[in-house]
Amino acid sequence: MAFFRRNARPIEEESFERTLVSPLMLKSRAGRAIYWSVFALLLVFTLITFGPLYWMFSSALKSSIEIFQSPPSIWPLHPAWTNYTNAWSVLQYPLYFGNTLILAAGAVVLQLLVSATAAFSLSKLRPAGKGIIQFIFFSTLMVPPVVYLIPQFVNISDLPLIHLSLINNWAGVWLPEAASALNILILKSFFDTIPSELTDAARLDGASPWQLFSRIILPLSRPALAVVTIFTVVASWKDFLWPLLVLFNPEVQPLSVAIYHEAGINSNFPLPFNYLMAGLVLASVPPILLFLLFQRQIIRGINLTGLKG
Amino acid sequence: MFWTVISVERSSPSMVEKTGSRGELQVLGKARLFIGRNLGGYLFLLPALTIFALFVWYPLVLGFVMSFQNVDMINPAAWVGWTNYQKVFSDPLFGIAWRNTLTFTGYALLFGYLVPLVLALLINEMRHGKALFRLAFYLPVMLPPIVTAFLWLWLYNADFGLINALLQKLHLPGGLWLENQVTALPALVVVATWGAAGSTFLIYLAALQGVPASLYEAAEIDGTNLWQRIRHITFPTIRPIMLLMLVLQIIATMQVFTEPFTITGGGPNNATLTVLILIYRYTFQNAEFGEASALGVILFLVLAVFALIYMRMTSRLMEAD
Repeated sequence: MAFFRRNARPIEEESFERTLVSPLMLKSRAGRAIYWSVFALLLVFTLITFGPLYWMFSSALKSSIEIFQSPPSIWPLHPAWTNYTNAWSVLQYPLYFGNTLILAAGAVVLQLLVSATAAFSLSKLRPAGKGIIQFIFFSTLMVPPVVYLIPQFVNISDLPLIHLSLINNWAGVWLPEAASALNILILKSFFDTIPSELTDAARLDGASPWQLFSRIILPLSRPALAVVTIFTVVASWKDFLWPLLVLFNPEVQPLSVAIYHEAGINSNFPLPFNYLMAGLVLASVPPILLFLLFQRQIIRGINLTGLKG
Repeated sequence: MFWTVISVERSSPSMVEKTGSRGELQVLGKARLFIGRNLGGYLFLLPALTIFALFVWYPLVLGFVMSFQNVDMINPAAWVGWTNYQKVFSDPLFGIAWRNTLTFTGYALLFGYLVPLVLALLINEMRHGKALFRLAFYLPVMLPPIVTAFLWLWLYNADFGLINALLQKLHLPGGLWLENQVTALPALVVVATWGAAGSTFLIYLAALQGVPASLYEAAEIDGTNLWQRIRHITFPTIRPIMLLMLVLQIIATMQVFTEPFTITGGGPNNATLTVLILIYRYTFQNAEFGEASALGVILFLVLAVFALIYMRMTSRLMEAD
């Protein structure tokens, strides 16, 4: 895939190769003045992105009186750490955290089971009719799932032939998400880079396709599998609309849906805002940690796919 | 290194030629050979083919079928011809929803397209703090949309929100941002941009780092100024990515749902009602699955136009090298 090669430079390595502005220009007094003022401007801009996050953390520590104080205090006078314990129990976090994790884990397992096997077959086994099969997969890249949102809902509530309803069932979220043409594409283009001499040699030694897949291809593809896994986890953590439709029994809902219902923004009894903010902080910590830990893989993945994270 | 590996693209792997069992290859033998060669491949494709058939292609076709039926999930479906489409088109909310969605897309492109591009251009020139800037602009992308939505609901709060408090400090008038029909939609665009611009920014940054330094050097020897270099070197080099991002963003922003649904609920007075919210209302408030499907088909057709543009562009990109 030529498209994937385009951004071939790893951006995590700070390159000081020359860019638009020449090094000479930066040495002049005026050049340096402009450079540092742009730098200051960018710092101000980071405040815009960090500001709301700061406000979330700070509001989450305010007492129910202080949070409704006008003008608001920048930092809580008496940090109310109990907001977190209250949010934890009021929002039933152990239950919803668990559900979110199960949904993410299932999505990852299915993704590897479905996308990796298909990508392996298309890349290395190349059965007859490969072109048509690729078309079946990759043409769906152009069809965002929301355009068949309602028929998908009807489909899930009464699966054809077996007449099974997956409403309020985690499988109702897992299975539609498992159909990811993008992941097949990413994995296939990675598998394509594994020399076929390797697989051919193993095949001559009598290795079965399954052995090729599990002993050669998968171990060699850890970077690509990591990207797919992380993106699947993030997407699953961020998912809102589909679980909202399918999982209306609170016992099985993930965090995002549960927060929406428990917050009761448009109801007569909305959750106190300081609890809500503490709840939001708790829901944000895992993805933020994930980003800090896997920054390299995530940035690589974004450049690889050119798609939203 | 992943990247270096991927850049060394291999030619397609060749099948190990299996020679037939000498001479008397009959039809049966051929069939056996065919199965022997392909069975493994098909078995490995089976999970994906099943999932795609059941959860992509079937609902896609079902959507077209349902758009010509009266479906309420209780009575058996009945054919009604174009009635659903007529109902959808004559619904006064249809025009409002499309106007809002397109306005949202327009604003989202204005902010979400230009801001990341300018930021990437500037940050690519920085010799300090690149990692910090990358972190700062990408972090909001990781947050679940529901967190972003409720956080901004609080920031926009007319009496106790941060935004009005800051405006007050600057002696500027605050506003009822979400309750005002004029400001509600732009306010949501800000939320969506804050939550999504980071990934666009990172893609531009990567594209900018792919511009060969030698081009800049040569241009400088020719006595070009900064703007000329941007215009004649930077933009032409990253233009394919810029076009691609434009189309992808149009497709993505036309599906806007979470922000208006959770922050304003489509209000005030339908000022933030989008196509997807209308589909949701048809289905879950009125149990009109047929009309919802018809509107889904219309959305599909509109998005398909952009998808075709996207497809043409990616195929050209792939042919380019």
